[in-house]
Amino acid sequence: MTAPTAAPSGAPPAGLAPARLLGRSVLGAVGKVGAVAMFAGRGVAAAATPPWFLGRLLRQLAAIGYFSLPVVGLTAVFTGAALALNIFTGGGRFNAEQVMPQIVALGITRELGPVLAALMLAGRVSAAIAAELGAMRATEQIDAMQTLSTDPFRYLVAPRLLAGVLVLPLLTAVADLLGVAGGWLVATRVLGFNPTVYVRNTVSFLQAWDVGSGLIKAAVFGFIVTVMGCYHGYNAKGGARGVGRATTHAVVSASVLVFAADYLLTSLFAHT
Amino acid sequence: MNGPAINLSPITAPAKLAWKGVRKRFGATSVLADLDLSVAAGRSLVIIGGSGQGKSVTLKVALGLMEPDAGQIALDGQNVSGLSASARRKLFSRFGVLFQGAALFDSVTVWENVAFRLLNADGVGRKAARARAIDALERVRLDAKVADLFPGELSGGMQKRVGLARAVVATPEILFFDEPTTGLDPITAAAINALIVEQVRRLGCTAVSITHDLASARTIGDEIALLHEGRIVWRGAPADLDATSDPRVRQFVDGRPDGPLTAQL
Repeated sequence: MTAPTAAPSGAPPAGLAPARLLGRSVLGAVGKVGAVAMFAGRGVAAAATPPWFLGRLLRQLAAIGYFSLPVVGLTAVFTGAALALNIFTGGGRFNAEQVMPQIVALGITRELGPVLAALMLAGRVSAAIAAELGAMRATEQIDAMQTLSTDPFRYLVAPRLLAGVLVLPLLTAVADLLGVAGGWLVATRVLGFNPTVYVRNTVSFLQAWDVGSGLIKAAVFGFIVTVMGCYHGYNAKGGARGVGRATTHAVVSASVLVFAADYLLTSLFAHT
Repeated sequence: MNGPAINLSPITAPAKLAWKGVRKRFGATSVLADLDLSVAAGRSLVIIGGSGQGKSVTLKVALGLMEPDAGQIALDGQNVSGLSASARRKLFSRFGVLFQGAALFDSVTVWENVAFRLLNADGVGRKAARARAIDALERVRLDAKVADLFPGELSGGMQKRVGLARAVVATPEILFFDEPTTGLDPITAAAINALIVEQVRRLGCTAVSITHDLASARTIGDEIALLHEGRIVWRGAPADLDATSDPRVRQFVDGRPDGPLTAQL
């Protein structure tokens, strides 16, 4: 029979195990935030200073922007249409059906246009970036690029960040137009609104800042979505499984950060 | 237990590249333990060893893709460890690397892969870069017709040739080969070995290769060094591989699972 042994004098009491676990998690999270911030800083520095790879930028503008148009456009149309129906039904409870065009326009331009476009990009673009860079990491293409005297931050990361920041506001502008059009379609075809009055009410109600604040949000979201895709792909480890994990983390972290940034920016813009 | 005396052939010529007391750990695992190794200018050194003995880390540390925990990497007698990113990029212009899986860029054509350094780091115009890329492709026995294909359209052996063309196109001072024949059939592997020897001789450059393919090591190496547990435990000419009585070399050459080299299973 083994005699019970005393705990080593330096070992913490067993009751502190949850605290230790919590502490380790917090430290890990802080470390991750720091790593992402440093990565983003390097990416911004590479994007802001020459040499620029314009060919790569054009390719990313097409991949991130042009090819995202269908998914962003369809999402906006259906969301605008559903929003119109919901607001009409809800507004009917206190005889406010007639302000539906204004609320749809406000909801789309200030909130849903940029957020939905960003979420679509998180799913489509952030995942694709993470998978592509992760595969390049796994097959030593990023190492090879370094040995060919080419900075991967300038060649791979900077064009994607720039494209994200430039393109998402444009996609959001399209989403704003199509979202309002979706609402107009339902209002005029299903709910009996006059088409001209609907448009007049929308245009006269909307202020430039309603659209502008949404576009500023979109630029920030574009940065978040592309930086999370690049960060997780660039740092992918462990072959195919690592690439899969990087893709999942990129989409999840980009989506959560878009919502968090949305709240912060909305708070900032609340009184304007 | 004391092992046999280490045969480290005396180096009379000044070292082109040297690992001096290099240590590298990953967590609790020591991968390189005071590695001392050098290769003279114009010589071809092949590092052999079992899986997990530190061959890839030895190469990555020399290339600067990984920083050593301790020790130095000396190039022409100058310490090049811990260089800034821009200084490292300048240094890379003196190197050519053939990676294990060729590491070609999927999104650009074969000639753009070969001319990648010329186009993106050296500022060579596209027309001149393409001409040099096609010249390099022809040197590795690839037809100019493959220039406009994408890497995914090539066989493994052709990809290795393209990788070799990319490594030599800018006339480097040192060529690094990471498992150059892995995954190739014997005939293609022999062809790649012959091309490596031809290109190293043509350029008159120094070469450092890592491999566990003894046929490849015998063909491309002027010297062979056996790496075990992060240290060089034997070094000699290719002919000495068969002559030596060193039990570690004998076990590796004969491919016996039991012996002084512990198999990393």
